[in-house]
Amino acid sequence: MARVDVKKTYKLYIGGKFPRSESGRSYEVYAAKKGTFLANAAQGSRKDARDAVTAARAAQPGWASATAYNRGQVLYRVAEVMESRRPQLVQEVRDAEGLSPAAAESVVSQAIDRWVWYAGWSDKYVQILGGLNPVAGPYFNISASEPTGVVAVLAPQESSLLGLVSVIAPAIVSGNTVVVVTSADRPLPAITLSECLATSDVPGGVVNIITGKAAEIAPWLSSHRDVNAIDLAGAAGAEGVDWAKLEEASADNLKRVLRPAGTGSDAVEPDWTQTPDLSRLTAFLETKTVWHPKGR
Amino acid sequence: MLPRKAPIQMSPFEYAPAPESRAVVDLQSSYGLFINGEFVDGGGNAFKSISPATEEVLAEVSEATDADVDAAVKAARTAYTRVWSKMSGADRGKYLYRIARILQERAREFAVLETLDNGKPIKESRDVDIPLAAAHFFYNAGWADKLEFASLPGGANPQPHGVVGQVIPWNFPMLMLAWKIAPALATGNTVVLKPAETTPLTALLFAEVCQQADLPPGVVNIVTGAGPTGQAIVDHPGIDKLAFTGSTGVGKMIARAIAGTRKKATLELGGKAANIVFDDAPIDQAVEGIVNGIFFNQGHVCCAGSRLLVQESIAEEVERRLKRRLGTLRVGDPLDKNTDVGAINSKAQLDRIIALTDAGESEGAERWDNGCALPDKGFWFRPTVFTGVTQTHRIAQEEIFGPVLSVLTFRTPQEAVAKANNTPYGLSAGIWTEKGSRILWMADQLKAGVVWANTFNQFDPTSPFGGYKESGYGREGGRHGLEPYVKGTH
Repeated sequence: MARVDVKKTYKLYIGGKFPRSESGRSYEVYAAKKGTFLANAAQGSRKDARDAVTAARAAQPGWASATAYNRGQVLYRVAEVMESRRPQLVQEVRDAEGLSPAAAESVVSQAIDRWVWYAGWSDKYVQILGGLNPVAGPYFNISASEPTGVVAVLAPQESSLLGLVSVIAPAIVSGNTVVVVTSADRPLPAITLSECLATSDVPGGVVNIITGKAAEIAPWLSSHRDVNAIDLAGAAGAEGVDWAKLEEASADNLKRVLRPAGTGSDAVEPDWTQTPDLSRLTAFLETKTVWHPKGR
Repeated sequence: MLPRKAPIQMSPFEYAPAPESRAVVDLQSSYGLFINGEFVDGGGNAFKSISPATEEVLAEVSEATDADVDAAVKAARTAYTRVWSKMSGADRGKYLYRIARILQERAREFAVLETLDNGKPIKESRDVDIPLAAAHFFYNAGWADKLEFASLPGGANPQPHGVVGQVIPWNFPMLMLAWKIAPALATGNTVVLKPAETTPLTALLFAEVCQQADLPPGVVNIVTGAGPTGQAIVDHPGIDKLAFTGSTGVGKMIARAIAGTRKKATLELGGKAANIVFDDAPIDQAVEGIVNGIFFNQGHVCCAGSRLLVQESIAEEVERRLKRRLGTLRVGDPLDKNTDVGAINSKAQLDRIIALTDAGESEGAERWDNGCALPDKGFWFRPTVFTGVTQTHRIAQEEIFGPVLSVLTFRTPQEAVAKANNTPYGLSAGIWTEKGSRILWMADQLKAGVVWANTFNQFDPTSPFGGYKESGYGREGGRHGLEPYVKGTH
């Protein structure tokens, strides 16, 4: 007789731990193509989002003050662990996105490579983006980038792993911490990614992942006073999400808003296979300029 | 043996009045809007621009209606499509160089007009505002044909947004105009700019400069008016990008107004900067820095050092020396070359300063002012210091935007950082200490876009300026200041 296998319970990832939703709710997740039942994912709530913001805020100063070299190594380690879990990620991406085995392999490869690409930026973007300013006077004057703080991220609805990596990595490489709302219908690769993060020396609270419906959770993040920025990528194709409303609420504390791709009021999910530029990284940076007189 | 002279009784050092001549300014009785290279009458009710130092009417200015703003945006769009977007960067740059040179040539005229309309001391408009405005045009002129080297989004081919709407405040009218227009034009955008209601005159004089420079019509359009005119710019569907300097309240309204659209915005908003003095600081220099930090431009400065955080062990000495120094500030006729502190820009602003300082007193802080004589007419406020201020006092939390300093104390660097960052704002900060490692540690900890160490209120066209948190987003000045004016930024 075939062995009865052990099914995995998919939970949230908050403050380095894997809790169930405080609401006690879960929802059924199905495979994209065959419609077979995959798992009961935790359905994150407003309170889960607020707990995640608290965890992200607590982790932010420590993560930002880690040396850039250290952040780079920690993030590179995530790619190593992703590689070691490749079969699991491939299977989950296949199920979530309805891809052929070869296509899913390719997506996972790109996701790992994307993570490595961003990890390598940790000790480089500051030099590219800042430097000495030649002011007309006897002053030393220098501009440097700093992380903006806590970033709320609506992860893409379609691209469950490559898209997810493409929004998380650029936000955290500079020292921000994130609260991520996953794809509603394709949340499982995100939880496996959080298992990679948890075993890669990424401090608890740097990445917090909430599975569930963006329409339910995003309004609380966009109006949250202790969130500094919001990435609305996942508004594209999210049921019941009006990104204009989220941007409007974000104005209450002047969050930095990264709008979804598209024209006019449309939100479209970009082609995540395209080679990225620095825009998702720079969206969550502040420029600090320091002056000091020169003299003998 | 020579006879001893009796000691001389020192009298207060009196200055004779040294007024700058107004003759250099040729004021018209009324001004129109500057649309498509020409002055036209606005559709709204004309309003008066007065001198805040004397309350005399300087000129009548047109109020731009929605239709006027629409005409200005259309002129800017046509100029963008037909002329400016097709012109080489080198030629755009040469127009900006021309403008910079004309501003230098007419610097005294601009300085006097700025002082008349704004109330700021002539020594500041003459030595700071106007030279810096010219320098911003000169600096950005050189970028116009070098944008592919500026590491901008778009890389080798950075693209302008198109038509930019710009709304500027009354505290540095010409300088803010230069901060806004120079990088917008250098990157290939055309602009519709609204100067502040109370200080429109130098912007209108700048329109003449555009004519003298033969700038193609419609590249720069100036529309005057109050809040509704600004709203019309913000809401106009033909505007691709907004740049605003002003209050955090209005900045939030703009952010809400453009939510869900594809309009971009740069917001330079309020501040409540901490100026932090450690016990090893050079005290005399620090006192000068404190005075410059909060009494420069009557304290009408978004990055003003309005909260003095002084280490407890030297607090009494700093307060004593500060008050002695404030006793020597000369408050009065802004056109007098000896004047240190000029007029409050408007009655409305004076009322706000009075309301907040009254709150400071009623909440229990100790009020002191330098007791100087004030002119009979105009809007004036004595340089004022509050001691015994706590973090919850309104005068420690809210932007006063006037010549009012709130003094708080601290014991350790950690406490200084915690107090300095205890504000929704994050525009600027000051640090005074002789210890280099402490400066760098403090600079890392402070959530502020500009940190001045052992100096304050320094500005330069090459130096990015802008805030963290609710002081807004985007940077102006330097290479960074180009970024918001090309596509691909947020």
